[in-house]
Amino acid sequence: MFGYYLDLALRSLKRNRVLTALMVVAIALGIGASMTTLTVLHVLSGDPLPGSSTTLFNPRIDPFSMDGYEPDKPPPEQVTWTDGMNLLHAARADRQALMTGGAVPIQPTLSSLDPFYTDARYTTADFFSMFSVPFLYGRGWNASDDDGKARVVVISKLLNEKLFEGKDSTGQTLRMKDTSFQIVGVLGDWHVNPHFYDLNIGDYAEAEDVFMPLTTSRDMKLPLNGSTDCWGTGGDPEHAENTPCVWLQFWVQITDPAKVEAYKTYLTHYSQEQKTLGRFERPPNVALLNVMQWLDFKKVVPSDVRLQTWLALGFLLVCLVNTVGLMLAKFLRRSAELGVRRALGASRRDVFMQLLIEAGVIGLAGGVGGLLLAYTGLWLVRRQPSSYASLAHLDVTMLLFTFVLALISTICAGLLPAWRACQITPALQLKSQ
Amino acid sequence: MEILPILSTLRRHKITAALLILEIALTCAIVCNAVFLITQRIDRMNMTSGIAEKELIRIRFASIGANDNKYARDQEDIELLRQIPGVTQVASVNQVPFGNSSNNSGIKIDPDQKKSTINATNYYGVNLAETLGTQLVAGRNLRPDEYIDMKTIMSALQAKDDKVIPKTVVITQAMANRLWPGQNPLGKPIYLDQTALYVVGVVKDLVRPSIWDDSMAKYSMILPARVAEGQYLIRTSPGDRERVLKTALEKLKAADPHRVVLNKQVWEDVRTRFFEDDRAMTGLLVGVCVALLVVTALGIVGLGSFWVAQRRRQIGVRRALGATRGNILRYFQTENFLLATIGIVIGMVLAYGINLFLMVHYELPRLPGSYFPIGAFSLWVVGQIAVLGPAMRAAAVPPVVATRAA
Repeated sequence: MFGYYLDLALRSLKRNRVLTALMVVAIALGIGASMTTLTVLHVLSGDPLPGSSTTLFNPRIDPFSMDGYEPDKPPPEQVTWTDGMNLLHAARADRQALMTGGAVPIQPTLSSLDPFYTDARYTTADFFSMFSVPFLYGRGWNASDDDGKARVVVISKLLNEKLFEGKDSTGQTLRMKDTSFQIVGVLGDWHVNPHFYDLNIGDYAEAEDVFMPLTTSRDMKLPLNGSTDCWGTGGDPEHAENTPCVWLQFWVQITDPAKVEAYKTYLTHYSQEQKTLGRFERPPNVALLNVMQWLDFKKVVPSDVRLQTWLALGFLLVCLVNTVGLMLAKFLRRSAELGVRRALGASRRDVFMQLLIEAGVIGLAGGVGGLLLAYTGLWLVRRQPSSYASLAHLDVTMLLFTFVLALISTICAGLLPAWRACQITPALQLKSQ
Repeated sequence: MEILPILSTLRRHKITAALLILEIALTCAIVCNAVFLITQRIDRMNMTSGIAEKELIRIRFASIGANDNKYARDQEDIELLRQIPGVTQVASVNQVPFGNSSNNSGIKIDPDQKKSTINATNYYGVNLAETLGTQLVAGRNLRPDEYIDMKTIMSALQAKDDKVIPKTVVITQAMANRLWPGQNPLGKPIYLDQTALYVVGVVKDLVRPSIWDDSMAKYSMILPARVAEGQYLIRTSPGDRERVLKTALEKLKAADPHRVVLNKQVWEDVRTRFFEDDRAMTGLLVGVCVALLVVTALGIVGLGSFWVAQRRRQIGVRRALGATRGNILRYFQTENFLLATIGIVIGMVLAYGINLFLMVHYELPRLPGSYFPIGAFSLWVVGQIAVLGPAMRAAAVPPVVATRAA
């Protein structure tokens, strides 16, 4: 029966090309716009580290003075040097890393390249294992390099291609600020979106090009990037270690969910202890969010993107109402034909099914059109200046979803017209012929 | 004219008529809100900066090697820039309007306040106001002798040594009005943490480098701190800028090749860069409005053609009974006008509802009433244009149709 109905549907659609085209175009436009914005939303609200993001936490404590104290205010998003180092050395989690962003001046040995600045991350040894960073050559540094302020760096694949033509550069030197650093590792392809471990650099910033021990960067007085939040007298960025300012990000990995509460208790104890010592003034105020909770808390998905999604869904709704109207017109025009079918013995259900299959065919055609439009739409999005623009690509899930959305919405749109067409009394139609 | 017969006909096509009305209502509601969003973005993009944008150039360097004496380098650079023919003013600054990266402070008007009254941005740099071309409305600009090296201020703050810390500040009118509404701000103190600064001048306008809340966009202060961060503002006549920029880069590079250029822009580029997201969003909103109106128009054409085909005999009878082509044409035009009007009325209510949703979730202001006529007008026009084709076809139906058997 399905094949027969399909044949009938195609014949009927062919008979009235303009109306069919209008319906398909309307569906395609609606689906295309919705899929474009939904894909952007899907990409931007994705998990940066699938698999391990639930074990990674951002511990926060409140070292501020009583100035501007409000009991329900969440603790600051970064830590001071003193607290960061205390928590790092206490090593109460499975792994922990203290870090901040920066920029380093690179002096290439190749004379064809001019000196340039690039983004850097100053961090501690666990960073690479904690965030499952892939290595192409070599490895990260270890805790003794952190302690010894060793002049070692790990560089990105991109920088390795630029400076060493993609060859294994471990053991070679990289000159920055008139000092030689030994390259110990080269990263493989590593893209974290959003840039969750430090959103101050940009929510969808690319991973950095140069990684080096935090202690080394302080020793060399390398420039910092990111946000600094101070209280009291504030401070001189050259001596940020001793200032009352939060400017470092601290992350921990806790693989056993049962130990998460224990770590939170530890943070409260630590705050209490610091208060007793006179360093903290506020009552303990701690937070421990995992990666996805953190991204949610920081409202990383741009509000423009959410607004665009609503706009596109509204547009799809208008397109569907339009299709319902056109389909109704189309089905009712065929009253005579449907009357004959009913008189010859087709039940209401048969007619209903036949019309729904016709709606489905329109939906499928609209889906194909919508997919092409979504590809065009995403191409346009990628040409936009936003930092996330380059991420907008259709994946398999979204591809399948496009067809499901197109089919379901068109069949829903077909329900009312098909039901209305079933109400035709065959006798009346035959008489008026 | 013939409204009653139209209504009685429509009563026999309830569902199709209702669908058309619903489509018009939805389109009207979305278009009203989208146009509102578009004007909001355009207003934002046209935000005044309070500076002589047409005459400014921005250059930013970063030093490559170990840096021995930043302040000496800075003095030498400024001298070089001043000597370029056509250059009227030069300043070495910490940040620039619309430049994105910014240094901000919480401001109190009473040192014992627990919470700051507002957050304002800190502009540093000798000759900054003169170079930017800010317009003084009260008091005076900062004098060169009031300026102190940032390095000195930092160590004085650490040592809690009040003597060298600056005591004067120039603020914007927006900031003065917010802190002391209706009062003379000159001579009044503001507090950055515990440090008191006395207002000596008020400028009409000076926009912040980064704007996260448009209502605070003009909260800026100029403080007498000398900086040497490799960021220079140059003022020259509009036509000279390209040449001056080129010469300036050559001279500075020659003076110290051990550095890289991070920014070299004439001011229009700074502004364009700053608002590029708004521009993209405006384009998208305009696109959606056009697409919505086109889809609605196509829907009207489709349903209009269906109705005309359905009523061919009826039209033939009317024509045979003496109705002119004009009568038939007007009949369909009036019908469309009625449907559009009902749709628009419902659309207004919907538009208001959507606006409430946007106000809650996106902190948008209330939709002003003046936007409703825009939505109404655009849908009336689209409706009349779309129905013209089917209506003309209806008017072309010959009276002889009435005499043929159905």
